[in-house]
Amino acid sequence: MSWLWLTMIAAGLLTYAIRLSFIQLFAHMDIPPTVKRALRFVPPAVLSAIVFPELLLPAGRLDLSLGNSRLLAGLLASLVAWRTKNVFLTILVGMAALLLLQGFQGE
Amino acid sequence: MKLSRGTEFLAGVRDELPISLGGIPFGMIYGVLALSADIPPAAAQAMSAIVFAGSSQFIAAQLVASGSPAALIVLTIGVVNLRHALYSASVAPYLKKLAPAWKWLLCYLLTDEAYALSITHYQKGNPNAELNPAFSDWRHWYFLGAGLALWSTWQASTALGIFLGQQVPASWSLDFTLPLTFLALVVPVLRDRSSVAAALSAGLVALLAFSLPYKLGLILAGLMGITVGMWSESR
Repeated sequence: MSWLWLTMIAAGLLTYAIRLSFIQLFAHMDIPPTVKRALRFVPPAVLSAIVFPELLLPAGRLDLSLGNSRLLAGLLASLVAWRTKNVFLTILVGMAALLLLQGFQGE
Repeated sequence: MKLSRGTEFLAGVRDELPISLGGIPFGMIYGVLALSADIPPAAAQAMSAIVFAGSSQFIAAQLVASGSPAALIVLTIGVVNLRHALYSASVAPYLKKLAPAWKWLLCYLLTDEAYALSITHYQKGNPNAELNPAFSDWRHWYFLGAGLALWSTWQASTALGIFLGQQVPASWSLDFTLPLTFLALVVPVLRDRSSVAAALSAGLVALLAFSLPYKLGLILAGLMGITVGMWSESR
């Protein structure tokens, strides 16, 4: 077996261990109340941390202009998400807006 | 409405489909990138199953191409995937009562995409329990459906990238479905001042720390968001 396969297996095991870590830990102990309070904020914190750069740093640089079609499409999609709470509709409107805007800008 | 195992599973598959679609260009680009790094096709495909974490696979391919030592590659993949520990802690309370085999299976499928959908589904509450507290909770089947849908698409798109060597045209902007899905999931979660504070502070830190390597900015932003959220709640 080559070094590449061994490297991949080691990396796979490490990734698996990271994903299992707290699931395994909290299986055998009660979750401390402070940790429980903290966990409520994982979804809003992590999801926004992924979304913000995608909308505001489209080419790796901050772009707050009207020419940033990802930002405009994202804002429109947020409105749809807020009003409808419908994931599919949010994606549909967001994608349509992005493609339209890109079409206008001749990208 | 009574939710059975099958309906939960299918709901997970259905909800994951738009994100999976957005993942196809990434999977294909990974396949192409791996081959150009002189990784043999079988190994490139196997990495998608063994590691199953997109951004770390991209970086691994680049490190292989530049002739980096094995230990550095393993460590780097570990650091890039460190954010999954946050997801692990976040879903842990909901998986607590499951049999060990379920935990071992679901944690293998714990990607960004499957986490985002499953945690939202868990936080909606258990419709079965609301009807009848003695009724079973099948929400882990939703998690399984979402995880397997993403897993299958990831394997298939890796194979497409390896064998076709072509990429979906960038002008289709399919990659945009990923932030859109996360947006659709995060907006309804912003119900109170504290979660808004958590989201805004995390977003801001993610912008400021974007240039940090190995997705460390994401972990930093996550931790900052949690801290600010807790601080705002305790005021």
